[in-house]
Parts: sequence; C-alpha cells; structure tokens
Amino acid sequence: MKPEPPPRLWPGEIYDTLKSVGVRQVAFVPDAGHTQLISSCHADPDMKAVSLTTEEEGIAMLSGAWLGGDRGVLLMQSSGVGNCINMLSIVTHCRIPLLMLVTMRGEWGEFNPWQLHMGQSTPKVLEAAGVFVQRADAADEVAQVTYAAAQLAFSSNTPVAVLLSQRLLGFKDWSK
Amino acid sequence: MTAPRTPTLDRRKVMSTVLGAAGDTLIVTGLGSTTYDAGLSDRPETFYFWGAMGAAAMAGLGLALAQPDRRVLVLTGDGEALMGLGAFATIGAERPKNLAFAVIDNEHYSETGMQPTHTGRGVSLTGIATACSFAQAQTIYSEDDLAAALPSMFGGEGPLFFDIKVNTQRYPMSIRLRDGATIKDRFRHHLLGARAFD
Repeated sequence: MKPEPPPRLWPGEIYDTLKSVGVRQVAFVPDAGHTQLISSCHADPDMKAVSLTTEEEGIAMLSGAWLGGDRGVLLMQSSGVGNCINMLSIVTHCRIPLLMLVTMRGEWGEFNPWQLHMGQSTPKVLEAAGVFVQRADAADEVAQVTYAAAQLAFSSNTPVAVLLSQRLLGFKDWSK
Repeated sequence: MTAPRTPTLDRRKVMSTVLGAAGDTLIVTGLGSTTYDAGLSDRPETFYFWGAMGAAAMAGLGLALAQPDRRVLVLTGDGEALMGLGAFATIGAERPKNLAFAVIDNEHYSETGMQPTHTGRGVSLTGIATACSFAQAQTIYSEDDLAAALPSMFGGEGPLFFDIKVNTQRYPMSIRLRDGATIKDRFRHHLLGARAFD
C-alpha cells in the first residue's frame, strides 16, 4: 500500500537558511527533490538561479561567483556527483567555499537499479575528492544540517556536501 | 561546408593586442597555452586556470553574474572550450550582457603533442555559439578583423563570442604564478577590498 506523503516543510527551510547565510547564486541540475527550492530561488529577485547542462558547470560557475564576491549553492541529485570530480580541484586547490545540496538516489526504496552505482558511491567519492560530507536523514534536521554546512563552507573556504536522504522524499511505489 | 582555411595569426601577438585593450576588464583564462600567454601582461584582474579543463567559460559566467557592472572576458583555447561545450548553452540561455568569450583557436591540443582538435575538422565554435543564441559570434582570421572586434569585445552587449584562429607556433610560459589560492586571493582583494576576507 502506498503511504500518503506528509506535507514537506524542509525545502522552505533550506531556502530560508540559504537566505540567512547570504547565498546569491543558485546553480542547479533539476531533481524532483529540489523542485520546490528551485521555484523559491527563481522567484527571489536577490537570487540568480541558473540551470546547468551538467553538474560540473556549477563548480566552475560558483568558483567564478566567489571570485566576484557572491556566495552560491549547487543543487543536484546524487547521480550528478560523479560529473563533478575533476572540477572539485578548483575549490580544493584554490580554497574556495562550496556548498552542495545533494538529494540522494539509489538508497531508500529505490526502484531504478541504474541509480545504485552512483548513489552508493556518492559519499565515498566526495570524501576522496576532499569534500566534507554531512547528511540529513530526518526532515526536522535538514535546516540545521544545512546551516552548519554553510557555516563550515563559508568560514573555512572549503567544499561541503549535504546529502539529503532519499527517505526525506518518501517511498515511491513503482511496483505497478 | 566552407573550405578549410589555414590560420596565420600569431597567438602571442593576439594576446598582446587583446590585453592591451582590456582596461580594467575582469579576465578568466583557461588552462594551457592561453594561461601561459596571458602572463605577458600579469594583472590582478586576471584569474588564471592551470587545471580544471573546461571550467573557464562557466567561471566567467559566475563572475559576470556577481559583477554585473564590470566587463568580464573569458580567454581560453579550443581544446579547453570543447571540454565544456555545455557552457555555450548555459551562457546562451542566461544571456549575461557583460560577458565576452574568446577562444584562441590553434585547432590543436598543443600541450599534449599537437593532436588536432575538432575545430580544425569541420566543427565551428562560432556556429555553436550562434546556435546557442549568443548576441554576437564571429570567427577572426586577421589582425584587421581582430582590431575591428575589440570595441565589441570590451563594450558590446553580450554574450559575445570570438573564435580567434591562430597558427600552431608555441612559446615558453610567460607566467610563473600558479598557486590557485594566491591567484584567487589577489584577484578578490583587488576587486573587493577588505570584503575579500569576510
């Protein structure tokens, strides 16, 4: 039986958190888990939301944003993490802050077996590439984890990824 | 398809002409020969990539969005541009008015043994920029064409694209500065003053 999803508050809380830490550029490859947040960022005249063709563009774009004095955030799904690996050399070598919010696939109740490869390797490859990895599993911790990750990134000039558990999105019954 | 044309411009002369007209334009250079040439006139308003092939154009977009009142120029090579072709589409869709993107195009990977790139094999970066709805896109083969393009490169409404065809002459590096954190801090401090260290 398909459980009814509860109303989702955490995307709005992420938006409020991004505002509170002064994020102005939002680079994204769309993901269903980020739909609401992307809409909020598009509607905000003080934010520039940029749709990318591939996630690695976002690392380069936000590095340029930082050169120009803007803070940014990169929104993506875990399948895009692998695309970023070489570009992460910019932020680790140049000591540029980077905040990544990654909605996870390939874990909780995944229906598509093609998602498992990148979903399961996401934390490992990020850590291997020098990114601090933090994780939010429950809706009521998303805002706090995001805020803490932003503080870490922007105060220490370091890349930080927040992995947003697939469990936050609820279970999609694709069995029929 | 037009017949292949052999590029004759000299890359160092092109770089010298472009940098000579740059004023206080914020410049991002792509890895390889373009960075090596750009050191001819080292300046704090230039951020040099020594790695992250394919990053230069998108870094230019982020910089242009952060500094809408400043001109931004991306200078890179054909191999570097080809590795980030998606950036043409993203920049074309965003249409930043203050961004110009110039490729010093020798139609070869000169760092790795001078293997031909696609730009000498019938692929037109100007055509790609045009198809990605850049405000202006042109291929430059002569010093006269380059001189005529400079007012647009540094003052026209973007996004602008210039494919500057050069020969395969190689030169020694004109720059020793390669620590990315130092290049970044110098750039930000010059641009942002004390705010660079907030």
